[in-house]
Amino acid sequence: MPKDHGIGASPKRREDVRFLTGNGQYTDDINIHGQSHVHFLRSDVAHGTIRSIDTSAAEAMPGVIRIFTSADFEGVGGVPCGWQVTDRFGEPMQEPKHPILAEGKVRYVGEIIVAVVAETLEQARDAAEAVVVDIDELPAVIDMKAALEDGATKVHDDLPGNLCFDWGFVEENRDAVDAAIKGAAHVTTLELRNNRLIANPMEPRVAIGDYNASNEEHTLYTTSQNPHVIRLLMGAFVLGIPEHKLRVVAPDVGGGFGTKIFHYAEEAFCTFAAKAVNRPVKWTSTRAEAFISDAHGRDHVTRIELALDKDGKFLAVRTDTYANMGAYLSTFAPSVPTWLHGTLMAGNYTTPLVYVNVKAVFTNTVPVDAYRGAGRPEATFQLERVIDKAARELGIDPIELRRRNFIKPDQFPYATPVALEYDTGNYDATMDKLVEIADIRGFGKRKAESAERGKLRGLGINCYIEACGIAPSNLVGQLGARAGLYESATVRVNATGSISVFTGSHSHGQGHETTFPQVVAEMLGIDESQVDIVHGDTSKIPMGMGTYGSRSIAVGGSAMVRATEKIIAKAKKIAAHLMEAGEEDVEFADGTFTVAGTDKSVAWGDVTLAAYVPHNYPLEDLEPGLEETAFYDPANFTYPAGAYACEVEVDPETGKVDVMSMTAVDDFGNVINPMIVDGQVHGGLAQGIGQALLEACVYDDDGQLLSGSYMDYAMPRADDLPSFTVDHSCQTPCTHNPLGVKGCGEAGAIGSPPSLVNAVVDALSEAGVTHIDMPLSPSRVWSAIQAAR
Amino acid sequence: MYDFEFVKPSTVADAVAALADEDAMALGGGQTLIPTMKQRLASPSKLVSLAGIADLQGVTTGGGSVSVGGATTHATVAAEAGAYPALAALAGDIGDPAVRNRGTIGGSVANNDPSADYPAAALASGATIRTDRREIAADDFFQGMFETALEDGEIITAVDFPIPEAANYQKFKQPASRFALVGVMVAKYPDGVRVAVTGASENGVFRWKEAETALTKDFRTDALMDLDINPLNMISDLHGTGEYRAHLVKVLTKRAVATC
Amino acid sequence: MPTVSMTVNGKTVSGEVEGRTLLSQFLREGLSLTGTHIGCDTAQCGACTVHVDGVAVKSCNMLALEADGAEVRTIEGMANPDGSLGVIQAAFQEHHGLQCGFCTPGMVMAAADLLAANSAPSEAEIRAHLDGNICRCTGYHNIVKSIQAAAAQLG
Repeated sequence: MPKDHGIGASPKRREDVRFLTGNGQYTDDINIHGQSHVHFLRSDVAHGTIRSIDTSAAEAMPGVIRIFTSADFEGVGGVPCGWQVTDRFGEPMQEPKHPILAEGKVRYVGEIIVAVVAETLEQARDAAEAVVVDIDELPAVIDMKAALEDGATKVHDDLPGNLCFDWGFVEENRDAVDAAIKGAAHVTTLELRNNRLIANPMEPRVAIGDYNASNEEHTLYTTSQNPHVIRLLMGAFVLGIPEHKLRVVAPDVGGGFGTKIFHYAEEAFCTFAAKAVNRPVKWTSTRAEAFISDAHGRDHVTRIELALDKDGKFLAVRTDTYANMGAYLSTFAPSVPTWLHGTLMAGNYTTPLVYVNVKAVFTNTVPVDAYRGAGRPEATFQLERVIDKAARELGIDPIELRRRNFIKPDQFPYATPVALEYDTGNYDATMDKLVEIADIRGFGKRKAESAERGKLRGLGINCYIEACGIAPSNLVGQLGARAGLYESATVRVNATGSISVFTGSHSHGQGHETTFPQVVAEMLGIDESQVDIVHGDTSKIPMGMGTYGSRSIAVGGSAMVRATEKIIAKAKKIAAHLMEAGEEDVEFADGTFTVAGTDKSVAWGDVTLAAYVPHNYPLEDLEPGLEETAFYDPANFTYPAGAYACEVEVDPETGKVDVMSMTAVDDFGNVINPMIVDGQVHGGLAQGIGQALLEACVYDDDGQLLSGSYMDYAMPRADDLPSFTVDHSCQTPCTHNPLGVKGCGEAGAIGSPPSLVNAVVDALSEAGVTHIDMPLSPSRVWSAIQAAR
Repeated sequence: MYDFEFVKPSTVADAVAALADEDAMALGGGQTLIPTMKQRLASPSKLVSLAGIADLQGVTTGGGSVSVGGATTHATVAAEAGAYPALAALAGDIGDPAVRNRGTIGGSVANNDPSADYPAAALASGATIRTDRREIAADDFFQGMFETALEDGEIITAVDFPIPEAANYQKFKQPASRFALVGVMVAKYPDGVRVAVTGASENGVFRWKEAETALTKDFRTDALMDLDINPLNMISDLHGTGEYRAHLVKVLTKRAVATC
Repeated sequence: MPTVSMTVNGKTVSGEVEGRTLLSQFLREGLSLTGTHIGCDTAQCGACTVHVDGVAVKSCNMLALEADGAEVRTIEGMANPDGSLGVIQAAFQEHHGLQCGFCTPGMVMAAADLLAANSAPSEAEIRAHLDGNICRCTGYHNIVKSIQAAAAQLG
């Protein structure tokens, strides 16, 4: 019998009512009295020297309030990068200045050159057309390998070249890995591209700056996954505004998927300009702007080698990757191809030796940063593709080959050769479950049935593991993070017993307003309706590192648990006083305090009232009030893992791939709200299938974005996808956080691309196809079939 | 969007008069024109909505043909062109449901987007495009990508489709826009078979004459066996090469014949 | 400036607009009905879907003046008269058919448009009808389930 409340139940989401009735408040729904509008004039060339900017005609146009260029930002810092990677020679990465408005040069199509602030948006757009920008166009650097050739045009003239860093991990293993590959019975090699993607949350980014001259307070309303991080980065590094004078509000946010983590120039501009013109300044991105200004994701070119012994045991993995940084370093860009990627290259396996080399490259493209999964999909894809290829080459069943190499349940905690210590897991159990619910054994029959209809059916499977719930601050600090990655929570118990939880996590679709109260209500034995969540406003929440990397429940939830534990401890003291008992004799269950062995009891509400109306209260020992704050810094990452299966039908005449089924078996540890967890997996699967089948961010050689709208960037639609089969009944609870939870937000996007590609290769294996790069568009699949003939 | 004057006349004559202004443009359902104007790629000083003209609305069947008023929406054609099932099916798969509730046949045909569906239907059916001033055979109407025989200010009042013995439209959708990457309409008439192709050619919708000849002789997929279409003038873009599109033309023609 | 009048969610409204004012702008800015969302510029995402004279249209792809005299229904007009969720809205909540909520108004309006014409759609028909509504959060799985449940309840 499923629970009907508390941890493990699936209550309806309380945030839904406002979203379903049109009463959500997204940033673009906010209009401040007297607000002005900004239109950004963006570069339409990928690379060039700005010879001159003439704004005189535009300034005279109706409604124009002020026009800004980089000259207005002298003395203002650039957009900072939050992670410094050290290269394999011990040197820091190359870190160019990232100006708010282009300084001297433009380096990608979409870079802001001029900002026009006017009474109305149309007036700002009209005036922007009258701005004359004279640019000497320079050759664009788009291809990563070409960018590293001698004599290549430099994206940044003041840097030695286009190499941001050359990272090796674990550098000391390099020779041993090469030797193991040289001596192995079998080596499988695969070259592939992890396609560049655009996150495309349905809500475009919005920023509204407001300034109160009388008390010198700035407010920024923004579509962010982490308002405190924006306050820290923008306040401290860009504009020099102390935290107590800068409030950042992220209200209802319409999806993030990573791309709303980062601090963007538009946020700094609106905050700066609001003071400069002494008017609120609003910017709402169009979708066309989003394509050329939101940070892109993925974009790796990789060669991976897997060495196996004669029995199919993995001996070593070596992977060499070129990672596109774009023209500037976005907030967390350097961490993605390094620590979020290289550390996952052991996968679910006992491979003893791993070496990862990553060359991060500047190009004349939009900056690239974390997108759902961030580094871990890139790791999983190459590893699970090369394992599948090896299985095919060796004639071993791909499930069997994986099982032979699994880390076994009795080996946990397991230290991988790439720095991580997996706390817990059971990979055979998830594989067993997958074989059962995906009906792997029935595949042959389905394949025959498809063949009758002229279709080639394929089955692909893969495993994945990810490191999420990031992460111990002292560890990430050693790895180059310029921030801590804890989370905070304040639990405020009101006099009548209701509760407000202030969390630094931010919900932009994940349902925290429903799940977080489930935890607190269960701990206190009170009704969930008595608990509300407050998030997304730096003036209300003590501190917050925000929501990304599947960290909200694992880190933010743990902080909330710790704060609630402090509440219970204090409430017990108050209850002991009320019941004239020793504190050690007080028990608390189901919202009632009792004294062991007596019939004495006080209710939750009696205690909370006493805390705020302390007439009968131990004032000499205890402060009145009942409010506690906790900061939780995790001891380790969490390690969700699972096994996925995909079945496809390929139309050999057209190359069209239909996804017939997608089955996801995930071990998320304990689950707070199964309904929401299922939903998170569904969404991840759709994005993973989108990457594998549909989505491609494509630049031409001149740096023009060819896939710059939904007319050319294929978003997964309802009829591209099947209904999914998901399961999270295999649970090995996390051993180091109080809820035993691991996080579920990214799993689907990490786990699904390899199984889909493995399935298509399986369908086309008899035609001689061994690999096709994503996305597996009809024309690519058809071309691969032709090439194999 | 630049601003403009909006007028909504109730007769064709008034619309023609309103369109006499040099920078005036006719507005059908606006499903292509409005996004274009949002990008500031079109800047009419006046938009003349045709939605208020009763004479341009509706589907009538008779005399062996289906006549569709120029301002009739795709949804209406899908629902009411039952006498020509392939035409109704084609209309019912243009864009998406909300687009079909606004977009009109006149707007689509006048725009002659190289990936639009209606031009294939008109050309394969040997349709007649009627305007406020004349009748134009489909063979003469479509003159290359976004080019038609329409004069400035000329309004499509109706498109007459002769009803074929059998017909079928096969659309292979471009994965992002859902427009036709290639679309092939095959229509079999007593005097011969017509095959029109959209989405594929740099020159817009065209008739595949070799296939028509072969199918007129022998209306079976086997008749197409030895035919190939030259990829030279086919569109190549990130969704497919000219070779791929040429290949699809043949595959879809075969499927259309098989489905007829 | 021209004046436009229409009925929105049963109430007669009018206001001054420019020729270029989109219906979505008139609803959001003129009437403060911000439940209708703008997610793209090419009329593909469907977040702006409303009903005009009983059928679904993309309000970002229609001029306010084109809706002069029309009956318009938006997400704000979908609840029951007592303010409780309507059948489709309630089904979306029951079956977790939304996450971030941004595409949701358009999805609900598209679903209502479908169910008005087809009271018992198949899964394939539901997916086909959502062709013009993009969701990035749910993978559509639970949206399809929600619409199936609403269909069953509406009979």
